[in-house]
Amino acid sequence: MANQMKKVDAVIVGFGWAGSIMAKELTEAGLQVVALERGPHRDTYPDGAYPQVIDELTYNVRKKLFQDLSKSTVTIRHNPSQTAQPYRQLAAFLPGTGTGGAGLHWSGVHFRVDPMELRMRSHYEERYGKNFIPEGMTIQDFGVSYDELEPFFDKAEKVFGTSGSAWSIKGKVVGQGRGNPFAPDRSDDFPLPPQKRTYSAQLFAKAAESVGYHPYDLPSANTSAPYTNPYGAQMGPCNFCGYCSGYACYMYSKASPNVNIWPALRQEPKFELRDNSHVLRVNLTDDKKRATGVTYVDAQGREVEQPADLVILSAFQFHNVHLMLLSGIGKPYNPITNEGVVGRNFAYQNISTIKAFFGKDVHTNNFIGAGGAGVGVDDFNADNFDHGKYGFVGGSPFWVNQAGVKPISGLPVPQGTPGWGSKWKAAVADHYTHHVSMDAHGAHQSYRTNYLDLDPNYKDAFGQPLLRMTFDWQDNDIKMSQFMHGKMRKIAEAMNPKEIIGAPKVQGTHFDTTVYQTTHMNGGAIMGEDPQTSAVNRYLQSWDVPNVFVPGASAFPQGLGYNPTGMVAALTYWSARAIREQYLKNPGPLVQA
Amino acid sequence: MSQNKTSTSRRDFLLKTITLAPAVAMGTTGIASLGLSNSAQATDSAPLAGPQTARDYQPVWFSAEEFAFIKAAVARLIPADERGPGALEAGVPEFIDRQMNTPYATGNNWYMQGPFDPDAPKELGYQLPLVPQQIYRLGIAEADAWAKQQHGKAFAALSPAQQDALLSDFESNKASFKQLPAKIFFAYLLQNTREGFFCDPLHGGNQHMVGWKLIGFPGARADFMDWVERGERYPFPAVSIRGERA
Repeated sequence: MANQMKKVDAVIVGFGWAGSIMAKELTEAGLQVVALERGPHRDTYPDGAYPQVIDELTYNVRKKLFQDLSKSTVTIRHNPSQTAQPYRQLAAFLPGTGTGGAGLHWSGVHFRVDPMELRMRSHYEERYGKNFIPEGMTIQDFGVSYDELEPFFDKAEKVFGTSGSAWSIKGKVVGQGRGNPFAPDRSDDFPLPPQKRTYSAQLFAKAAESVGYHPYDLPSANTSAPYTNPYGAQMGPCNFCGYCSGYACYMYSKASPNVNIWPALRQEPKFELRDNSHVLRVNLTDDKKRATGVTYVDAQGREVEQPADLVILSAFQFHNVHLMLLSGIGKPYNPITNEGVVGRNFAYQNISTIKAFFGKDVHTNNFIGAGGAGVGVDDFNADNFDHGKYGFVGGSPFWVNQAGVKPISGLPVPQGTPGWGSKWKAAVADHYTHHVSMDAHGAHQSYRTNYLDLDPNYKDAFGQPLLRMTFDWQDNDIKMSQFMHGKMRKIAEAMNPKEIIGAPKVQGTHFDTTVYQTTHMNGGAIMGEDPQTSAVNRYLQSWDVPNVFVPGASAFPQGLGYNPTGMVAALTYWSARAIREQYLKNPGPLVQA
Repeated sequence: MSQNKTSTSRRDFLLKTITLAPAVAMGTTGIASLGLSNSAQATDSAPLAGPQTARDYQPVWFSAEEFAFIKAAVARLIPADERGPGALEAGVPEFIDRQMNTPYATGNNWYMQGPFDPDAPKELGYQLPLVPQQIYRLGIAEADAWAKQQHGKAFAALSPAQQDALLSDFESNKASFKQLPAKIFFAYLLQNTREGFFCDPLHGGNQHMVGWKLIGFPGARADFMDWVERGERYPFPAVSIRGERA
């Protein structure tokens, strides 16, 4: 029998960015809040203490801060005819665990969203006609507009202490030279000026300009100066140490829930955090119309029931979907009938990379870096160019985002170099500090054939079925990859390197789970305006169980061109505002279906 | 002057923040511990004199025969040559032996519940029930058996050219191992060799930071405020987590 805890107003499952934002907002509203995090307690000290943290082997290679797959993982297959195999070793994507979640060890690239991507299907149909969207592509509108979200993007940037160059503020252009002319209008400037441009980023900016593109400073949640956020949390200036992604920031320079929100939350007597608490399911009333709380396993292996009036699922994208399926919240997606909502529109990111090699006189010093710093161009992002003649949906920003290249995992060599021996050794020595790496950070569309459900064969350490991903690249992804690669290659060529390596996806390329791509997974519990095609409404409230809210990238109906964290934070603030101002006064569905 | 300024502020920074790390006495001449006097001049210090060798080490996990294989193999994967010391001189064998007693070697954070399907498409990732300890134990036995079958001697007793040819056979899976694919064993051996050559010396490899010196990686300096925008050679030598200086 489960131990029963005292009922609280709200229980939060997963204590990364979304969970921390919700905890802050709901305690501000006067609620008694308990947050449950399945991983251990983590913070800048000791997990980011210098010099111990400057250790590539322990952190990024042995993956100290990421999800422990021995407890729970996913299974993956390319299509329904295959048996899905467990994702046994971390590689293609690196979800977090522990308090702070992936927010403790992300890079810090902090974008908003291209407004068009919030109404993707409507926009494409309006501009190119309904037939332009391929059969089986299930892209949708988010059901929320950029104008509605703008105040929450602004709020999140001020909490994060984001550095960047605005293009226009309240309709007035202010950012000529360093801002992004494709960026939507803003109500206010970034809280901090842009970070310095690495030499690689300078080379990229010059080359991009020379081929007619429009370089801008990436918005970065790494500080360009000391900063105190609206919660009173203090940050020190980033020193470009090169240890962001995969590490906790010892400088208090990279935004994290730990640095930017908890100092305020810790003062809050109505808040309690329980780490090492692995939630198994959301408990529902017999008619499945209301959640009564959650059941979790504590550090000693005991089942504990935490009753609550409000349940927030704010774990990583696929854990949210897993918990909904395990709990019976919402109807599971059926790809054959295209019915059901939980598990549909699972999407990822469609990236291609180019590396340009230079001679010994060009010093790019790739060990220097900051996770969010860099220069990008948006000429081919979103729908900033005419897709009509190219026959694919989606866009990519291109950028040099030199985050600090470390030697175990980051020694690119020219084509044809052997993998070992004296020739390899000479090649790594000659190219490590003399190359520039750039990415086309592509959007990824959702398809009927890519979805999530429960695996029939494999179980987690708690005896529950694993989540199963059925996922592969589609024709649209391959066309887009080839187009973007070609456009980005013009920039690389304009740098006059000795050699360029990197290739786009080709027909027949399967999703490779063994090579790191991004941890930007989306969908599975998507937001929308129709309960037939979305699991949560525009306020991230479950259509079926209205006292359950599900913030996170699980709500995105398709993958964005930009990194998702900024959008996750803004959406969570947007959802929290709806809970505070509407739901608490009248607990029930915020949108009538 | 900016060099001196950077070095000094670096030292001050370390002195303020490194107090949690014990000052380790460095036994080898030519290595100055950070935070000690005259470290500001260390940027001008000459490279270590004489041929580089790894410190003496007795394996804890590997048998003598297994360790002889490791020493011989890593010396071919990253050889000592005109570009400088190789994996053997960097202490990679010590690194790999020490790794065998870490959670990594028992697949601690891997999902290892069956059923296992080693014939699944390669894009679906590693699907063997073996953890690194087993991969090494089985793999070295197979590699030595293959060497004896081809040349009548264990791998370590062969000439460098013969060893290179065998390693290529392992890499390409041309060598037929009975208990695991040769290429899986090779992939772990190569990956761990690179790790041992480029890791922080804390882990037993990259002794005297020879891997970092080869490529120009400055190690645990972790502060490049004054160098972000400059397209010029970074002039300061590597430091390790323990405060050794290359």
